[in-house]
Amino acid sequence: MADVLQILPQQLVFGLALGTVYGLIALGYTLVYGILFMINFAHGEIFMIGAYVGWWVLSWLLQAQVGGLHPVWVVPLMLVHAMLFAGLLGVLLERFAYRPLYMRGATRLGPLISAIGASIFLQNAVMLTQGARMKVYMTSLLFPRTWRFQVAGVSVSVLVLVMVGVAAVMMWGLHLLVQRTSLGRSIRAVAEDREMAAIMGVNIRRVIGVTFFLGSALGGAGGVLVGLYYTQIDFFMGYSAGLKAFTAAVLGGIGNIRGAMLGGLILGLIESLAVTFMNPAYKDVVAFAILILTLVFKPTGLLGETVSDWEKV
Amino acid sequence: MRGWAPVGWQRRVAWGLGVVAVVGPLVAPNDYWIGVMTRICLYGTLALGLNIVVGFAGLLDLGYVAFFGIGSYLYAFLASPHFGLHLPFFVALPIIVVLTAFSGILIGAPTLRLRGDYLAIVTLGFGEITYLLLINLDRPINITGGPSGIVGIDVPVLAGFALSRNIEYYYLFLAAVAFALFASARLRHSRIGWAWQAIREDELAARAMGINTTVAKLQAFAIGASFAGIGGSFLASWQKSVFPDNFLFTESINILAMVILGGVGNLLGVVLGAVLLVALPEVFRDFHAYRLLVFGLMLMVLMVFRPQGLLTLETGAAKEEPDLAAAPEPEADARV
Repeated sequence: MADVLQILPQQLVFGLALGTVYGLIALGYTLVYGILFMINFAHGEIFMIGAYVGWWVLSWLLQAQVGGLHPVWVVPLMLVHAMLFAGLLGVLLERFAYRPLYMRGATRLGPLISAIGASIFLQNAVMLTQGARMKVYMTSLLFPRTWRFQVAGVSVSVLVLVMVGVAAVMMWGLHLLVQRTSLGRSIRAVAEDREMAAIMGVNIRRVIGVTFFLGSALGGAGGVLVGLYYTQIDFFMGYSAGLKAFTAAVLGGIGNIRGAMLGGLILGLIESLAVTFMNPAYKDVVAFAILILTLVFKPTGLLGETVSDWEKV
Repeated sequence: MRGWAPVGWQRRVAWGLGVVAVVGPLVAPNDYWIGVMTRICLYGTLALGLNIVVGFAGLLDLGYVAFFGIGSYLYAFLASPHFGLHLPFFVALPIIVVLTAFSGILIGAPTLRLRGDYLAIVTLGFGEITYLLLINLDRPINITGGPSGIVGIDVPVLAGFALSRNIEYYYLFLAAVAFALFASARLRHSRIGWAWQAIREDELAARAMGINTTVAKLQAFAIGASFAGIGGSFLASWQKSVFPDNFLFTESINILAMVILGGVGNLLGVVLGAVLLVALPEVFRDFHAYRLLVFGLMLMVLMVFRPQGLLTLETGAAKEEPDLAAAPEPEADARV
């Protein structure tokens, strides 16, 4: 037991880092669900592809033997590429796999099945083009292992701070975008009542497209951060990460931005506790149990459901 | 027997399939194709079971493979050296059918009040939990055998005759799919069947008409799961072994795709879906690596261009109901 208590603070730091990234990915689910009431099952794959784009950028820099690699410019470079690529992919998915369905007024299940198809397609497209073997992020070249410091007896690496910082800045940026800009007002209007928004002159196709871009870009950024942290990525990583991020979104209240962040943090912390106190093999069971319990007993989540409630929260 | 026999060309296709199913293995060029036909029967049984939940009652179940796994492992528990039990096949089968039906009620009960998409995700979660339990329950007490599964499962013995060749298993599986077809057709035009279809079309109206939706949904889960129990015990006795990796999420989607491809709720369609999705990957074996890529693409294309599947419901009920939550924008409201 003494051993457990000794590693507990370390595990909590780990849970915090994991939780912010879950929150970042969960935002993609929440944004799309908020305006379309649709579970974008392929979001986990977009996250995975973001991780691959980050890996391409980093390996290209290493191959081209660009000198003076420093995280101050390399990490933003990876993030920008991953976010652009993931965002465009999200827009393409929306245009070709989802829009024909929701424009026809299909039930909720059609788009979900189409999204599952997209998820399987993307997984296998990556496997066939990139190979089934995992890729290794050369994180130690960017963040030397000595870059860590002690806070109250807990060793915190600079990378964890970068992860939490990047995630926080992005969430804050999204919050400002949604609450303070006219684009954000359009997004909230479409979430509130799509038909009414259209009547009031909101170009809802554009708004939906932009929302997919934003959500997917955040997922892509999450992919880069997870890649840097775990240093190993493969084509299947999006499946369980996606399900967990979805759990985080539901836990906080799907469609609710703050809910996604809160749900991510709680899930990350619970998972790190589960790894500490029980058989690590069951940590995924814990995540799924949280998902099921939330949906069964409090389907609106901790902070309530709709995007239009953001103002009131 | 209304609704049992499909009408028009569908009836001729059904007869053709029936003849091929009975005579096929006798003229099959080799044992390999008999094996393929056996798998068609297995998946046909599973797809018909899932069709009761998804097609008849309209409940999207993404974790159907859980029941398939539970059925397989139950047979492995009851008839293998693993626990030292060796029940005869036809003694174990009714027990497994009852137990998997019960597991269907257990998993179905928490989902009853959930909306369509949440129900889908919760069933997916149950499917994943089942898989994780199968793969991890070898410690602290060895129940499932962990990742290496359970091997050395008894072969079925019918009236003193132990099955060994593929063709013998084939006719056993054919009997299972024929039973599943017959049961589905009879259920569909029973009181329960009409209740399911009423719930699928409009749950609120169904309740207003005096249907006990809770009971009807649980019946759908229980009966659908029992079909998977049959399929599962047949698989376990045929493979003579069970492994957790037989019961992955992709398998749930594979079975769901059979139901959707053929035509949700249409029995002939569901069987055709099983035939196509088992046989086509065998025909295009050389392109095996692209199987799942094409599969995912197919799901997307199907949903975009023909969401009702290849064969539609004869009742004309296949037209999609507009969902309030997904109301189309005014200019796109020209639905036919």
